[in-house]
Amino acid sequence: MNSSPWTKKDLLSLYDLTAEEITFILDTAAEFKKVNCRRIKKVPALRGKTVVNVFIEPSTRTRISFELAEQRLSADIINMSADTSSLRKGESLLDTIRNIESLQADLIVMRHSAVGAPNFLASRVKCGIVNAGDGAHSHPTQALLDMFTIREKLGRIKGLNVSIIGDILHSRVARSNMWGLLKLGANVTFAGPSTLVPREFQKAGVRVCDNLKDALVGADVVNLLRIQHERQRSGFFPSTGEYARVFGLNRDSLKYIKPDALIMHPGPINRDVELSSELADGPQSVILEQVTNGLAVRMAVLFLVAGCLK
Amino acid sequence: MNKTVIYKGARVVDPARNIDQVMDIGVENGVFADPAGLKNARIVDLSGYVLAPGFIDMHVHLRQPGKTGAETIQTGTMAAAAGGFTAVVAMPNTTPCADNPGTIELIRTYAQKGGVVKVLPCGAMTKNSEGKEMSGIGGLKAAGVVALSDDGKCIQNHELMRHVVEYSRTFGLPILDHCEDTVLASGGVMNEGYWSVFLGMKGMSPAAEELMVDRDVILARMADWKVHIQHISCKDAIDTVRNARKAGIKVSAEATPHHIALTDAEIKRFDSNYKMNPPLRSEEDRQALIEALRDGTVTVIATDHAPHTETDKTVEFDYAPFGIVGLETAVNIAFTELYHKGVLTLPQLISKFTQGPAEVLGLPMGTLENGRDADITILAPDEKGVVDSSQFRSKSRNTPFNGYKYTGCAVATIVNGKCVFSRIPALTEEKV
Amino acid sequence: MVSDEKAEDRRHLMEADEIAALIESLSEKICNDNPGIQPDQLILIGIQRGGVPLAERLVRRIQARSGVTYPCGTLDIAMYRDDIGLRKTLPHIFETRIPFDITGKTVILVDDVLQSGRSIRAALDAVTYFGRPAIVRLAVLLDRGSREFPIQGDYVGKAISVPKDRRIRISWNELTGCGDFVYSAFNPKIKESI
Repeated sequence: MNSSPWTKKDLLSLYDLTAEEITFILDTAAEFKKVNCRRIKKVPALRGKTVVNVFIEPSTRTRISFELAEQRLSADIINMSADTSSLRKGESLLDTIRNIESLQADLIVMRHSAVGAPNFLASRVKCGIVNAGDGAHSHPTQALLDMFTIREKLGRIKGLNVSIIGDILHSRVARSNMWGLLKLGANVTFAGPSTLVPREFQKAGVRVCDNLKDALVGADVVNLLRIQHERQRSGFFPSTGEYARVFGLNRDSLKYIKPDALIMHPGPINRDVELSSELADGPQSVILEQVTNGLAVRMAVLFLVAGCLK
Repeated sequence: MNKTVIYKGARVVDPARNIDQVMDIGVENGVFADPAGLKNARIVDLSGYVLAPGFIDMHVHLRQPGKTGAETIQTGTMAAAAGGFTAVVAMPNTTPCADNPGTIELIRTYAQKGGVVKVLPCGAMTKNSEGKEMSGIGGLKAAGVVALSDDGKCIQNHELMRHVVEYSRTFGLPILDHCEDTVLASGGVMNEGYWSVFLGMKGMSPAAEELMVDRDVILARMADWKVHIQHISCKDAIDTVRNARKAGIKVSAEATPHHIALTDAEIKRFDSNYKMNPPLRSEEDRQALIEALRDGTVTVIATDHAPHTETDKTVEFDYAPFGIVGLETAVNIAFTELYHKGVLTLPQLISKFTQGPAEVLGLPMGTLENGRDADITILAPDEKGVVDSSQFRSKSRNTPFNGYKYTGCAVATIVNGKCVFSRIPALTEEKV
Repeated sequence: MVSDEKAEDRRHLMEADEIAALIESLSEKICNDNPGIQPDQLILIGIQRGGVPLAERLVRRIQARSGVTYPCGTLDIAMYRDDIGLRKTLPHIFETRIPFDITGKTVILVDDVLQSGRSIRAALDAVTYFGRPAIVRLAVLLDRGSREFPIQGDYVGKAISVPKDRRIRISWNELTGCGDFVYSAFNPKIKESI
């Protein structure tokens, strides 16, 4: 019986993983994807394990995806959000999580607006911690499902040109994708308004563009990030209208993109801002498959970290 | 205890008087005296050690009155003594703010009752350090403050700052400024640079410091008065100070030990013991700071000792308060990073803790001249050890240096002739 | 071959020719027990990893003997184990491919060595998630005894015993490239069940 290269009780960031570990998660996810196509979409893998979803920063789609993944693994689930938690009463995060641990919880899936919150906890509690997004820092399962989708559709990651477009500065999706894609040998390009795409990223080997065309020509994958209205209010760019005209992907962009290039988006889409409806629903879009794959990836991640709890 | 003492055999280093030799130092009734004229003196053999004027830390948060959970004047001065300091300048951001003679009196009373080393109060520049209205500076001077600062905050209104600088000149009070443009830096938790971009944390641009340092240099020039830049941290601000000093403007600057030893790369561990304001900067900035210490642009090392309770600090990095303790590691770090790495000679290093601060404050301290208060720091420049924060005399333990391997430390501290701290057999600590 | 085994520690118990003979005898038993059954009514499912090459070879020998080619699937039981978190490291998940509806069919689970019975318990659990077979049988090349669960093979090549502190493994050429042989090796965790 071969043993796996996965030895960690936590998944905090792709920065910490080797290419081998990332590939292993993707391979494991491929098998879990099959579960979701069967008549009985469940396996008893996490039966008897308790998973607590702690979403301090609110989320709908990621939380539902994790919850469903946990159910399909037969785990017992508790949901906690910022409103319903004791954090509102001033209890510290560490105390809150220690209380959860005392209830024999095995795994915590956490989303938090403070960068490093999952890391802060992982070294202090015995539960496994799966990072569902911490501030602008890291969202490892999103990047993993993005890479899974790319690998499934295009057969590989190494050597592909992947362009990520939008508000890179505030995006944990961009950072996690960067770490994962670079480790697996892809060429990464960041593009967007220069106020939102720091040139420092070049030091990691990422190409930085301030115009859409350069980012699209030769790209095998185009991943659009959601543009947030509060960035416009804080003066990073003048208006969403201008953003849409200069950086939005629409029919005119098709002349620059390869015909078999993938169009991706972590969701939710601002239709006709960063991505036109026509392209979002068009043949090159794999946005809905990303969601399907997200479920498989999260099942794989939960299975792997649960196996390393002591 | 016999109050007449001769300290024999130490290498005496007094940078203010250009002394660096093995010689005897005499103390009588709490002041320095010529050893030749002393009768019935107790002899203390300090061979193998270095004897320096008492070290002064001109940037310390003693927290009292207000946040006594983190530190009191008694515990803070005990920490100072253990770190080799004979005097500390207490920052005014207490609760209530030290912007009035009443609070200054309170601080002096606490210091008199329980303080183990000298506490020199610093008054606030503006009422409650809000940066809106000048505080009663004349009254503060009369109450005994040695300098003015809004530390923690920075006056954003340049006209008000100009008035403060000009007015303080009348009272001979230097301005100690925490330089930060709060709009540019707002919300930031670490240095803006490579690491903040990669970690996705909000950064505080070095430009926020540089802009206010430029402002202070201009005002110091216009008012022809002393403005001292606290905890200077970035390369471009250092260049501004260097040029200003060359032009004869009365501007000075201090460096903290943590900015000398660490950079923002440490933040990748998300440990709030590396979170302070100004934040740890890039390696380029750190090297510029070290060069500034070497060429005399920065004449002072001061800790910005900022105690916080464990409850307050053990939270998510974004939410943790800024600041770390520093009194009990400053000398160790300075020796390890500056003396043993060949950046500063022993007299140069010692001057950063003695002559440097004394000159900025304009006080008759920092030297072993006969007639002065007998404040002495005994050093062992080659003693090796490891920092153990569980042994700190401070109430707080928020330091990134637990486990730090050092070479060189303070081994005894004497204030007004009384030994307030000693780790060596030759000297016995006298209880308060 | 498993990583915590030492090559010099292995004792060969059976060589390729005896293995081939046992497979032949197993295929005979299966054919005799299931005479005339159509290829869409019976499925062999190999349990990862050792059961897979065995199932494939059984399908070929059954075809040679009876002319019928039965479909063959694979099943990885890692997701159905009852000891997650108890093992030092996780086992690798290999392919599960059962590309047909098993409801109402005869399923023959195929594994190379039957010992505690826990693998088969997990496999039975898995199979019921895929559908509702009419009959489930178990074919194993070797039965080592030391049962922990009440599970028996319906088609057994040979019963074999080794000292309690050793375990039986089979090298299948399709997986190891080292030829076919049965060997025993020191079992560092005697309590380890599967």
